[in-house]
Amino acid sequence: MASEPEVAVTANAVLSVRDLRTHFLTRDGAVRAVDGVSFDVKRGETLCIVGESGCGKSVSALSIMRLIPENVGRSMAGSVRLEGTELTTLSERQMRAIRGNRISMIFQEPMTSLNPVLTVGAQIAESLRIHQRLPQRAAWERAVEMLAMVRIADPARRAADYPHQLSGGMRQRVMIAIALACNPQVLIADEPTTALDVTIQAQILNLMLELKQRLSTAIVLITHDLGVVAETAQRAIVMYAGRKVEEAPVAELFRNPLHPYTRGLINSIPRRTAAGRRTNIRGRLQEISGIVPSLREEIVGCAFAPRCSFAVERCSRERPALDPHAPEHLAACWEVARVAAAVR
Amino acid sequence: MTAYIVRRLLATIPVMVVVALFVFLLLHLTPGDPAAVIAGDDASPADIEAIRRKLGLDLAIWQQFVIYVGNLLRGDLGTSIFSNLPVLTLVKQRLEPSLVLAVSTLVLAIALAIPMGVLAAWKARSWIDRVVMGFSVLGFAVPVFLIGYLLIYVFAIELRWLPVQGYRPLAQGIEQTARSILLPAIALSMVYMALIARMTRASMLEVLSEDYIRTAHSKGVATIVVLLRHALKNAAVPIVTVIGIGLTLLISGVVITETVFNIPGLGRLTVDAILKRDYPIIQGLIILFAGAKVLVNLMIDISYVFFDPRIRY
Ligand SMILES: Nc1ncnc2c1ncn2[C@@H]1O[C@H](COP(=O)(O)OP(=O)(O)O)[C@@H](O)[C@H]1O
Ligand code: SF4
Ligand SMILES: [Mg+2]
Repeated sequence: MASEPEVAVTANAVLSVRDLRTHFLTRDGAVRAVDGVSFDVKRGETLCIVGESGCGKSVSALSIMRLIPENVGRSMAGSVRLEGTELTTLSERQMRAIRGNRISMIFQEPMTSLNPVLTVGAQIAESLRIHQRLPQRAAWERAVEMLAMVRIADPARRAADYPHQLSGGMRQRVMIAIALACNPQVLIADEPTTALDVTIQAQILNLMLELKQRLSTAIVLITHDLGVVAETAQRAIVMYAGRKVEEAPVAELFRNPLHPYTRGLINSIPRRTAAGRRTNIRGRLQEISGIVPSLREEIVGCAFAPRCSFAVERCSRERPALDPHAPEHLAACWEVARVAAAVR
Repeated sequence: MTAYIVRRLLATIPVMVVVALFVFLLLHLTPGDPAAVIAGDDASPADIEAIRRKLGLDLAIWQQFVIYVGNLLRGDLGTSIFSNLPVLTLVKQRLEPSLVLAVSTLVLAIALAIPMGVLAAWKARSWIDRVVMGFSVLGFAVPVFLIGYLLIYVFAIELRWLPVQGYRPLAQGIEQTARSILLPAIALSMVYMALIARMTRASMLEVLSEDYIRTAHSKGVATIVVLLRHALKNAAVPIVTVIGIGLTLLISGVVITETVFNIPGLGRLTVDAILKRDYPIIQGLIILFAGAKVLVNLMIDISYVFFDPRIRY
């Protein structure tokens, strides 16, 4: 266990997360929302974190940003390094200078993530005033430029609008403008398109990828949708029950998924056939049966065992190590060989 | 915006007409002959007849109402039966102490209660929160007169820092006025502070759990700025509402406080008029208090627009 390689790449990492743990102390025991997650984000790349709802993606992101309030009763451990700076030990004041400046975040809910009583221009300008110490006028002008950059028509007028005057897609564009205003090295986007109309989703994703190129920002894109992964990312991490179960370059992941859970996810990607039916690549849509395990109890062995068709006796006893099986390809499964050989 | 204010002002007219009608009928719905009621128990028939003619009670009731409203519109609130002075003159004499007391109480309560509520919400479930909440329970539970006598005992009688009772008009210097009004204002503001602090805490707690507060933190905004710029403005509408509701409390509180601290204000005028059954004064005061309340409500409604851009007018 001790010698297990936790990440596939280390060189040139702009963000390094090691053994991140966030537990919530509730009345009926600790919820192990994130339970020892490690990964690296390379400069300028797009890394996807994928997994079903409740597997700890948001909590991971919020933990990296140190945005989980202390008074909810949480315990955190692990290391987060941003370009060599250890974030977990910074004072709150030092952390504030980094948040929204060198690392920023976009949230899932565009409808509620903007302040309803401040104009969107003021909300973009605020970051610039804090981190770049721009005077009011200059910050406002820059905010208008940012709105133009995220392709909001008539940005000078829109800047004076309040969030309720904008559509969901436009609000998410504003969120992107806020997040990118100070040109951060890392942008964490937590399901940025989940709450949006399908037609808008692609627009927002494309916008993010385009701006990423222009600003050479690394993106950590959190999603529960492997379809999004295929279209956006270079590498992907699959999370299950607060742990990383597989990590691989995206092409490799789709070609050669090594964890049964990843296979399940891939098989449940809906595809529209000519007839308009929702099916997967092979013509049938398979959901992964069973439910995500409760994170309240310590999970012995493999967390996926109750739902896994490959499970053997050992699986519910011993936790599988996260081992490399191909270049840059890690998977935590005892039965990798059988899984790889099995027909999908 | 101006059109909105004008529209709202016009909308207060029917309310005030209803108030005028109620006040007018107050006298006529009192069992018995109004003139006899006013004249009191041991008046001679001649006295009663004189009062009847003086008040125009010999006219038809609708005529009386028309005259009454006409007088009101000209600023004539009637004439005191006992002192024979115009009610408006009496009110003007008594207005300053009450106004000074009410405004001081309001300012004191708002200036202390809002920071208290914000602090309690920010440090929810901490000892600060418990102290603030404990204070607010106390503020509700302990009646104004008790707080008043307690303050007088400690700060005026024992410590001799402040005068025991009475009011010094502004004309004698603002410092003297402030000294004379401090204890009454503190006594009166307790319940009000409790109310505002509670509402501020509750409203802030709700707002602080909103997504946009997390967004503000994710931008690196300092805590104090998150609390005041991002949260408090969003929490403002219920707070302002409760401040408005509290003004009703304040009116009855003023009466008690003025009695405890022997302040010659409108409250005392009210009590004296009721005891003497000086109906024109009572009627005039009701009209005034109602008018003040309507005006305050109007100002609060208008302030919503300032606090929340989503509210349309
Ligand atoms: N404040 C909290 N207190 C207790 N449990 C929490 C809290 N926040 C999240 N959790 C739990 O942590 C787990 C992971 O949640 P989350 O990271 O939001 O999942 P997702 O992958 O869908 O983003 C869930 O089981 C959730 O119930
Ligand atoms: S370790 Fe066992 S239970 Fe877990 S995914 Fe692999 S085969 Fe399935
Ligand atoms: Mg989530």
